[in-house]
Amino acid sequence: MAFERYEPAAGLAAAPIVTKLLIAGGFGVGKTTLVGAISEVRPLRTEEDLSEVSVGIDDTTTVAHKRTTTVAMDFGRITFPSGVVLYLFGTPGQERFWFMWDELAFGALGAIVLADTRRLADCFSSVDYFERRDTPFVVAANHFDDSPRYSHSQIRDALDLDLDVPVLLCDARKRESVKEVLIASVAHSLARHRARATLTTQRD
Amino acid sequence: MTSGGEQWLDREAGPVVRPYALIKGRTRPPSTAPGLIDVVTAAGEAGYLVGLGPEHRRLLSLCRKPVAVADLASDTDLPLGVVRVLLGDLRERRLIVVAGSADQDSSEESVLRSVLDGLRAL
Repeated sequence: MAFERYEPAAGLAAAPIVTKLLIAGGFGVGKTTLVGAISEVRPLRTEEDLSEVSVGIDDTTTVAHKRTTTVAMDFGRITFPSGVVLYLFGTPGQERFWFMWDELAFGALGAIVLADTRRLADCFSSVDYFERRDTPFVVAANHFDDSPRYSHSQIRDALDLDLDVPVLLCDARKRESVKEVLIASVAHSLARHRARATLTTQRD
Repeated sequence: MTSGGEQWLDREAGPVVRPYALIKGRTRPPSTAPGLIDVVTAAGEAGYLVGLGPEHRRLLSLCRKPVAVADLASDTDLPLGVVRVLLGDLRERRLIVVAGSADQDSSEESVLRSVLDGLRAL
């Protein structure tokens, strides 16, 4: 035991290129459905110290014995034939889990803010977050059978979005629709990346 | 923890050993803990395992090939925070190497382009 050694497999395989997109939006807006429509869904949970997480939010005096809370996260993975792996992370909807967002957003290609037109206000905080962080994002309004039909510009106005933020209507249950949303998101991130690269070159 | 042997409790009941007992109550990952989608690989050099628990060993055996941290958490059904702390321990002992996005050979533009191409071909 004392001299047990671990011998790794011979020859290290090449590390895959991995990257991620965030799926944000209010609780119950369809993030889980969206991730499941386009990718392999995997279980993922994190466990957080409740006393640190929820200061001022939860009254823990009544549950003094409970120190940690489990947060289930939406987690999807798409492996492309090129070997690139794209992970989709649904950001936890409740605001008390905001502390997790910085870690989720760090290094993300971009973000999709999923909106429910019946309660657009639920995604204000996500929009604010990505604007402040300067993370490229698109807004996708998920269509529910009883949701009112708004135009792109009405949604843009209601959320006070910059003109360059793409707004889409989608059905999170349909693979093709979700695919279009992901494409719009990555295309937007790429366009912004190129615009910035051009600016930097001009400044030099 | 959840696999093998007789199962008296179903998974919904939660683990019998609280996850943070596995990492001795450390709730904040050490500075050596890898990020969410960092890719970890068992190090080329053999290292000593003295003092490591079964979860450490399990993780080590799962990263003989490069694997992302989030996938390891999913594969082991351990909470992400716990996996990151355990991997931090392995990294301190140089049992694993960690590659972050900054270590990848591709530029951000080429990653964006290949993801875009990949999505379009879905």
